[in-house]
Amino acid sequence: MDLIWNGIVEALRLLFGGDGSIYEIAWRSLWISGLALVIAVTVGVPLGAALALNEFGGRRVVVAVTNTGMAAPPVVVGLLVSLFLTRNGPVGDLRWLYTPWAMVIAQVVIALPIVMGLSLAAMQQIDVGMRQQIAALGAGRLQGFVLLLREIKVALLAAVMAAFGGVISEVGAVMMVGGNIEGQTQVLTTAIVQETRIGRWSVAIALSIILMVLAFGANFAMTVVQQQGRRRA
Amino acid sequence: MMSAQHARGSAFRLSLAFTAAALIGLVVLLPVLAGCGSGSAVKRDQLIVATTTSLKDSGLIDNVVLPLFAKAAPNVTVKVLAVGSGEAMAMGASGEADVLFVHSPADEAVFMAAGNGTLRLPVATNHFVIVGPGGDPAGVKRAASAAEAFAAIAKRAATFVTRGDESGTNKKELKIWAAAGVQPAGAWYVKTGQGMGETLRIASEKQGYTLTDLATFLSLKDTLDLVPLFTGSQDLKNVYSVIIVNQDKFPKVNAAAAEQMAQVLVSAAGQKAIGAYGVDKYGKQLFTPFAGALGSEEFATP
Repeated sequence: MDLIWNGIVEALRLLFGGDGSIYEIAWRSLWISGLALVIAVTVGVPLGAALALNEFGGRRVVVAVTNTGMAAPPVVVGLLVSLFLTRNGPVGDLRWLYTPWAMVIAQVVIALPIVMGLSLAAMQQIDVGMRQQIAALGAGRLQGFVLLLREIKVALLAAVMAAFGGVISEVGAVMMVGGNIEGQTQVLTTAIVQETRIGRWSVAIALSIILMVLAFGANFAMTVVQQQGRRRA
Repeated sequence: MMSAQHARGSAFRLSLAFTAAALIGLVVLLPVLAGCGSGSAVKRDQLIVATTTSLKDSGLIDNVVLPLFAKAAPNVTVKVLAVGSGEAMAMGASGEADVLFVHSPADEAVFMAAGNGTLRLPVATNHFVIVGPGGDPAGVKRAASAAEAFAAIAKRAATFVTRGDESGTNKKELKIWAAAGVQPAGAWYVKTGQGMGETLRIASEKQGYTLTDLATFLSLKDTLDLVPLFTGSQDLKNVYSVIIVNQDKFPKVNAAAAEQMAQVLVSAAGQKAIGAYGVDKYGKQLFTPFAGALGSEEFATP
């Protein structure tokens, strides 16, 4: 019990004592996962919408692949991205392996199917009559698309939350493609693994507290936005 | 119906156009971002170091090696990957790393014989330690050699936790089992497949024996319920070496920076700092600087 209690006390001291390296790691986690999320949402929402609103040959296959991708094991994603980025791999000359960029790529690969799949499902649930109505009211293309997006706002926010939760707390893929290099690619999850390995419980606890605050905080903020929409409707 | 088609089609085309624009934007943007990330104007040199975990986890690399190297080669970004000797040499054998810090002499000799490295220099030595429960049920303390200690553990079928990960420590352990004439197997022989830290932790929870490097054990000692039982014998000697990966075989290897790294380690200043490391924290020397053991038995034997 002492171990846990002392760990927590020391962790709080680290958090409020302004240990710069801890916040540096937290900031790196945040921007890597944030950038991955922005990319995944920018690409994934329109793609998911396109899949939902259109019929074409092979659509079922694409939808099936997307849904399967939602459950892609991060370590497998890590392995694949490593194989591509490795020095002697297809795009090794970029020298991106063991850099934050490799981690962003891996996280985009993890988040994209989640965003796509969930926005696809949401878009498909919109009543066809609603779409007809939007067109009948003379909405332009952009207007129509934005209106449809607004319709599924709640579901979209859920997709964003799910994707963010998935990537910020993920450890396998970022460990493989980032390498947990101090000052360069060490993020909260990989740092927690390392600090636990070398027995620095208090640092591991401090990092865990930040990770949980980030994960809960982001979800909380998005939930607030989501529920505001509900009140207005 | 016309309008429905229209709504459907227009939203679809728009989302496609949006996706295309986003993708193009990304393709344009990413290299720009990458440019910002990798330092403003000068393209910095990169050195990938694959190391045994003990040198990293003990803090030697971060506290001693990197500061010295930064002085010698300020324009090189060092990427240290703590992976264990087996994986480090696998990375070297595929040209994925530039310089290796390893402690698995037999495998190192094979690595060099295969032409994967251009230079192999011993850097530091210490002794592996057999640790276990304070009660020492197998009587390891009374042994005259590590092989004898292992034989006693096997005879009593006392729990022994092994890394089983082809690391330098694991290779040493297997060599000792062979010397003891024991084929370790059974419920008492627990394989973790993980690093030294995790393995020590599991040994502590299960109150089993394990073989560990000194540095990792000392840094974890306070959080473990294990005591050092046997060390110092000739068959527990541990030699750390640096290997420069062969640039002729793998053109992408940064041999120039790798050589600078090796020089830092074997330089007088480097050797002195390695010998001094850990004395203030643990009250004893973690690594003995390598003094003229080149060609000695531990270093050379394949």
